[in-house]
Amino acid sequence: MDMTYAGAEPKVARRKRSAIARYAAPYLFISPWILGFLFFTLGPLVFSLTMSFYDWPVVGERTFVGLENYRSMLFEDPQFWESLWITVKFAAIYVPFNIVMSFLLALMLHHITFASGFFRTAFYLPSVISGVALVTIWSWIYSREYGLLNFMLSFVGIDGPNWLGDPNLAIVAIIIASLWGLGGTMLILLTGLKAIPKELYEAATVSGVPGWAQMVFITLPMLGPMLLFTFITSIISAFQQLTIALLLTKGGPLGSTYFFAMYIYDNAFKYFDMGYAAAGSWVMFIIVLLLSLGVMRWSAAWVYYEGEVRENDGDRNA
Amino acid sequence: MRKTLLYSALILLSALFIAPFYWTFMTAVKSSAELYQFPPVFWPSEWHWENFAAAWNKQPFGTYLTNSLIVVVLSTIGQLISSSLVAYGFARFRFPGRDPLFILLLATMMIPWDVKMIPLYMEFNLLGWINTLKPLIVPAYFADAFFVFLLRQYIMTVPMEIDEAARMDGANAFDIYWRIHLPLMMPALVLVGTFHFMNAWNDYLGPLIFLNDQSKYTLTLGLSMFKGLHEVDVTSIAAITVILCLPPLALFFVAQRYIMDGAVGSSVKG
Repeated sequence: MDMTYAGAEPKVARRKRSAIARYAAPYLFISPWILGFLFFTLGPLVFSLTMSFYDWPVVGERTFVGLENYRSMLFEDPQFWESLWITVKFAAIYVPFNIVMSFLLALMLHHITFASGFFRTAFYLPSVISGVALVTIWSWIYSREYGLLNFMLSFVGIDGPNWLGDPNLAIVAIIIASLWGLGGTMLILLTGLKAIPKELYEAATVSGVPGWAQMVFITLPMLGPMLLFTFITSIISAFQQLTIALLLTKGGPLGSTYFFAMYIYDNAFKYFDMGYAAAGSWVMFIIVLLLSLGVMRWSAAWVYYEGEVRENDGDRNA
Repeated sequence: MRKTLLYSALILLSALFIAPFYWTFMTAVKSSAELYQFPPVFWPSEWHWENFAAAWNKQPFGTYLTNSLIVVVLSTIGQLISSSLVAYGFARFRFPGRDPLFILLLATMMIPWDVKMIPLYMEFNLLGWINTLKPLIVPAYFADAFFVFLLRQYIMTVPMEIDEAARMDGANAFDIYWRIHLPLMMPALVLVGTFHFMNAWNDYLGPLIFLNDQSKYTLTLGLSMFKGLHEVDVTSIAAITVILCLPPLALFFVAQRYIMDGAVGSSVKG
């Protein structure tokens, strides 16, 4: 199958060299990531795992405590469970909304031609704004007395609530502010929609397949890989939610927006208990990892890859 | 009729996304008297364009801009090269350890940033990179899991037959990457470049931790400096926010046409 032109070198040597090249090639291609993984991920990770087994203050004596950080976190720290529950609630609402709304917006944008550039840019606008500015804007919007939102609500006769001061509403406010940044997800899905061959729809229309069936049997399966991608990255970003909550509500009122990432952050930078914080971040890592693997496994049922390397392909890809 | 309905919905929805930006812009050009008026002032009675120059000159923003540009340009180049190479490796080869390595790659995305932050600081300190722009640039040359995943998914939508045809014509693995997949994934690469540009341009925590001297600051650090201890300079925050949004916005507006209308569909038909 090797069709390279015969050169001056003997056949056997050439075959041997190409065998090595064939074996090494994939590793060469992925080597940038492997090196980066060792130096910028695995190294720091091992270090933080070590820290999690220590009582590790910023200054002063470090003492090995084994699993004590994990034990006291799981069994004696109610804040761990509360912040985890708040984060799970947030993710359970944010993730589906983020994907469904992004998908619907992407579908709408996919079907227009006039001013499509304007609308894409408009929906992506919030994603362009830096975190510091974003939070400043939202605190103006949510302000009880001077806020844009309550001013609007007053037109329809609603006496606007204290968005950031009410424990039940503050988390809603943060979900809305987070969903405002769905531009990235929408863009990924729109790219996916554009990549679906038009011929599939043309053939379906000619055969009299109704629109809803084209959606179920063409659009959704073809978009599978991209949907899976946004599903997983949404879960990850939901669990790491920190900036907005930290700057907008500082975890309050009454701890109602005290996210798990903030719990870790406080242990590290407020109580300077690095070992405990490291243990917390490892718990978060494991939870997100298990959730994502679960989604990946489940996705095998509904994701279809056109160019997938299957078992019966033999070594044609080697 | 259907189009009219679609456009009405889009206009209404996009207003929700634009309104806060409009509000920021108006805050930047308002007089200080109109800033805290209630009901809010939606259209200022006088336009203070000089607020932009005033905010820019309150700090050495020229220096910040240079630093930001160095970081953004150099790291974007690195990200595009490394992530596309790695994505191709994962998408088109079968090799021992591929699947575990790919799961490992995905797993790195799930590592909370907090876990790596303190050890990374120590590592860069050991290398003497603290207070230089290197920690913000060099890691980009070692591929980002998010972008690798995105590009891999993209490559996998390309039928295997295209690679095989090229191999029949005598192309080696790198040729196939360079001459076939790189051009084919151009729309996705523009997407990755745009995303990375925005991340690097808006990055706040990275510069905050790795940079000390004001002469090394990037634009976002300068912006956050306006949130002083005693008072928040709202007009300057709004003015610099508007200025900061313009380059990524312009880039996005240009890039989105290419991403969306590029030769994606036609070349992937197979």
